[in-house]
Amino acid sequence: MGKVVVVTSGKGGVGKTTSTAALGAALAQTGKRVALVDFDVGLRNLDLIMGAERRVVFDLVNVTQGVAKLPQALIRDKRVDTLFLLPASQTRDKDALTEEGVADVISALREKFDYVFCDSPAGIERGAQLAMRYADDAVIVTNPEVSSVRDSDRIIGLLDSRTLKAERGESVNKHILVTRFDAARAARGEMLNINDVLEILSTPLLGIIPENQGVLRASNIGSPVTLSEPSNAAARAYIDAAKRLEGEDLPVVLPFQRQGFFDRLFGRRAA
Amino acid sequence: MTLFDLFKRRGSAPVARERLQVLLAYERQNRNQPDLVAILREEIMAVIARHIQVGQEDVRVAMDRGDTMSTLEIDVNIPNGGALIAA
Repeated sequence: MGKVVVVTSGKGGVGKTTSTAALGAALAQTGKRVALVDFDVGLRNLDLIMGAERRVVFDLVNVTQGVAKLPQALIRDKRVDTLFLLPASQTRDKDALTEEGVADVISALREKFDYVFCDSPAGIERGAQLAMRYADDAVIVTNPEVSSVRDSDRIIGLLDSRTLKAERGESVNKHILVTRFDAARAARGEMLNINDVLEILSTPLLGIIPENQGVLRASNIGSPVTLSEPSNAAARAYIDAAKRLEGEDLPVVLPFQRQGFFDRLFGRRAA
Repeated sequence: MTLFDLFKRRGSAPVARERLQVLLAYERQNRNQPDLVAILREEIMAVIARHIQVGQEDVRVAMDRGDTMSTLEIDVNIPNGGALIAA
């Protein structure tokens, strides 16, 4: 039985899709069978980030409605053969997904894969709630910025009340993934630091992804950053985060911080 | 601002942290409770409507949260010539 992981955030544009692709690809490279499911009905983008936009034939809605069989809709990655994508539909009908339909697809995927990543749409509406509904684990993608932290807090509230696990009196394993972190700015007090974010959200940390140009380069060419530039700082942080998701006890280190002349002169350090 | 202040200046992150802590403490407390202002508005409307003919848009209920005290503001517009209903 595979593990279902929702990648969520509340706020848009913080890196849910990028993180879904990077974490999923990192796990698939270690031989795990991984399915990435795009729940952003109407605004699908995981296919583009994965470089599979021209290979989409059937989508999640087609499968839930019985128009296509699951194996027909799953797209196998051309780089890693244990990595699969189930794209979202481009329909404008927001009610195209039903709870029962999603339940069937998720349970079928659980049988076949070690990991099922559900890439949530932004917001806290139906789509986001369906994406998290059957999750065992949640990766909450957060930028060190007030609106993102507030929205993450809202999402944590939903994970604790609207998921199947919560309704059964169990709880979803929640992890914070801080993305676009700039260690130098945090050290100067210009950006919330990691401890601030963790303390405010009182949720354990999965990883810190540094702000890095390689992430945009990877999306430009349609490849998860963990595949196209595995030695890049952001990719390494994603690979470590994936290992922690596997249960490995890996210490989180602050991304490399370049000290400027004045920082050294005045002896400022990271908190 | 002196040159010394420039070097001593703390960033804006502590302000962000404090604002978030205050806001989230409030939001978590109210997360699973129904919208208090909406309930008050509805009940106040019902009481007023028993005596005065007012429309939905004539009653405004607003809550302003302060650090030590909050205020509830109720603003009722009674149209001139509006029929007063005897109790």
